[in-house]
Amino acid sequence: MAKANMSLARNVMPTQDAKVRAGNFDEVALGYSEEVAIDEAMRCLDCKNMPCVSGCPVKIHIPKFINKVKEGDFEGAYQIISESSSLPAVCGRVCPQETQCESKCVRGIKGESVGIGRLERFVADWHNTFCKEEPIRPESNGHRVAVIGSGPSGLTCAGDLAKKGYEVTVYEALHTAGGVLVYGIPEFRLPKAIVAKEVDTLEKLGVKIETNVVIGKTLTVNELFEMGYEAVFIGSGAGLPNFMGIPGEALNGVYSANEFLTRSNLMKSYLDNPETPIMKGGRVAVVGGGNVAMDAARTALRLGAEKVYIVYRRSMDELPARREEVEHAEEEGIEFKLLCNPIEITGYNNPDDVRDPKNGFVTGIKCVKMELGEPDERGRRRPTEIPHSEFTIDVDTVIISIGTSPNPLIKSTTDGLDVNSRGGIIVNEDGLTSRKAVYAGGDAVTGAATVISAMGAGKIAAKAIDEYLSE
Amino acid sequence: MYKIVNKKVLNPTVIELQIEAPLVANKAKPGQFIILRVDENSERIPLTVAGVNKEAGTVKIIYQVVGATTKKLSYKEAGEYLQDFVGPLGVATHLEGLKKVCIVGGGVGCAIAMPIAEELNRIGADVTSIIGFRSKDLVILEDEFKSCSNTLKIMTDDGSYGDKGNVTLPLKELLENGEKFDMIITIGPLIMMKYVVETARPFGTPVTASMNPIMIDGTGMCGGCRLTLNIDDKKVTKFACVDGPDFNGYEIDFDEAMSRGRMYADFERHAYKESCNLFKKEAN
Repeated sequence: MAKANMSLARNVMPTQDAKVRAGNFDEVALGYSEEVAIDEAMRCLDCKNMPCVSGCPVKIHIPKFINKVKEGDFEGAYQIISESSSLPAVCGRVCPQETQCESKCVRGIKGESVGIGRLERFVADWHNTFCKEEPIRPESNGHRVAVIGSGPSGLTCAGDLAKKGYEVTVYEALHTAGGVLVYGIPEFRLPKAIVAKEVDTLEKLGVKIETNVVIGKTLTVNELFEMGYEAVFIGSGAGLPNFMGIPGEALNGVYSANEFLTRSNLMKSYLDNPETPIMKGGRVAVVGGGNVAMDAARTALRLGAEKVYIVYRRSMDELPARREEVEHAEEEGIEFKLLCNPIEITGYNNPDDVRDPKNGFVTGIKCVKMELGEPDERGRRRPTEIPHSEFTIDVDTVIISIGTSPNPLIKSTTDGLDVNSRGGIIVNEDGLTSRKAVYAGGDAVTGAATVISAMGAGKIAAKAIDEYLSE
Repeated sequence: MYKIVNKKVLNPTVIELQIEAPLVANKAKPGQFIILRVDENSERIPLTVAGVNKEAGTVKIIYQVVGATTKKLSYKEAGEYLQDFVGPLGVATHLEGLKKVCIVGGGVGCAIAMPIAEELNRIGADVTSIIGFRSKDLVILEDEFKSCSNTLKIMTDDGSYGDKGNVTLPLKELLENGEKFDMIITIGPLIMMKYVVETARPFGTPVTASMNPIMIDGTGMCGGCRLTLNIDDKKVTKFACVDGPDFNGYEIDFDEAMSRGRMYADFERHAYKESCNLFKKEAN
């Protein structure tokens, strides 16, 4: 084996130029070449105690796959990743690696950690480009499982069970499979072709996907059991968007991030002459500091906004979005209004003409400046208002991205399914709910979280379902 | 894909379709709605269920051609397919225990009101139906309403059929004459529903209004269908798709709902014109 690459800095991820990409929906990050991937892999010290693996919610055997990359055996590397992850091309793009595997990397103590996420993405893309082998459908074990929701937790659970021979049907409420991967995360961060490819792989493994079925409405959990399913996994996602409860939120031009992103991503309003409308151009304020807020801001920019602000009530240190997304957003010219809290959205009202077409549309967002006080119970410093610091930003569109609350549709139609005070489904360490043979995971349990934690939950539940049905 | 098994033109702009969708037919109740997409690029549009045939596994929808998407839908014939059809969504209208009800429908809203009137008739309630249209050639479902109503009043704006005037006239008359309804259920244009509420207010008769705002997913995910209710002087945000579509008429902020309905007015006008031109070109 060649000597380790002791460069303190990781290999740079090539990206589209910030000015160019701000005007298109093509993927921002372009991915490593084979040479660069091998060079980056050589930075891995192959630690015996594998700290990186402990940071991975699905426990990918990271040093083992990186060793394969070092050898130039990219397909071998892919096979190792896919033992633990059903969606490597997705995770390589959207995981917050800097707080997971990469945060534990020994190379990160003095210098930058190994670019584990970038290598994962490289390996998955290499496989998708060069491997033409069809996945082999395993022999059926005769057991049937229903999965509710085709987002990251549902797809993972379905994939793991299908590989073991279960007959799995995934029920999806929308018209396209993928959940948040298709309606939420934009094309420039996660091309939809990649999601479609992952879904296609699952179908080849024998997973059936039924779109346009809303569990809780079209069918209920009880009916799924009557239909012969022996276990059910609920991965229905987060659901209802939160609003701030400030004046002006019903004005035209105020969106939840869910709505704005769904219009652009799922309904393809970003294309020229779309059939589903969306407000394009003008000045935009996005309220919130998570990944969804970054996605909404960068989408607004690409839709032609002349100016986009992120309005966040804490400081950059507390901003929860993935670091790379924040950097990309800043490079693209998005302005961060930190330590600012919205108190009102102002609207146009022409008292002399009730038919003025501008009536009822947003004109600005009134904010108050904040300062950080003592840390709260979660260790985050609590922001408090600075008196008499109100100011208004002139905008035409406001996108509210302050989280979601679990969707009540399934809870309200499933007897004996316990939820916590925030509406999240209560599960034990195996993902089992208060109902026999009903498992759950992802945002439906935790409230808004990450793709990879949802995948981890889907994986745990698949294992538990397998054990339950093997008894 | 969902097959159109029957198509009937009810008036120059209102069309009835029977769609093969057994799972939806099996569950749908009066007051609930579906969301459909005409083809792969199409918008998702919510339409209220106008009836079901469980045995045949079909769902009836009645819609008015008002924009680009409904225009596109109007070109679909029996035997052709819709891309997507999902439901039933929303909460069914609460009808249990109602003994005497006044249904007030306007325009294509009557299509939504009709299954409610039928269900009330089936459970033995006394049904008064007041249905209003712009003019005689736009009147729909007269026979259907006749067969399930104890009293039927038809109103037209121009007086070309039934009585002249809007639906609040006979409602007011009935209430003034001492008619006591357990509930007024109103479905139609927002401005009409607003005035139905105002007409009923002095008499204290409960009013349920069926809302049909702009929405995308219909399952509570996008929040686009939100509306404001004034409950005990407090403003409460509700989602029409999961909390509704029916709400207490006295609590609804109708002015806000009307303003929100205009959000894409420009876009719609443009898209409608474009789609008409497109179909003209195709026809040539």
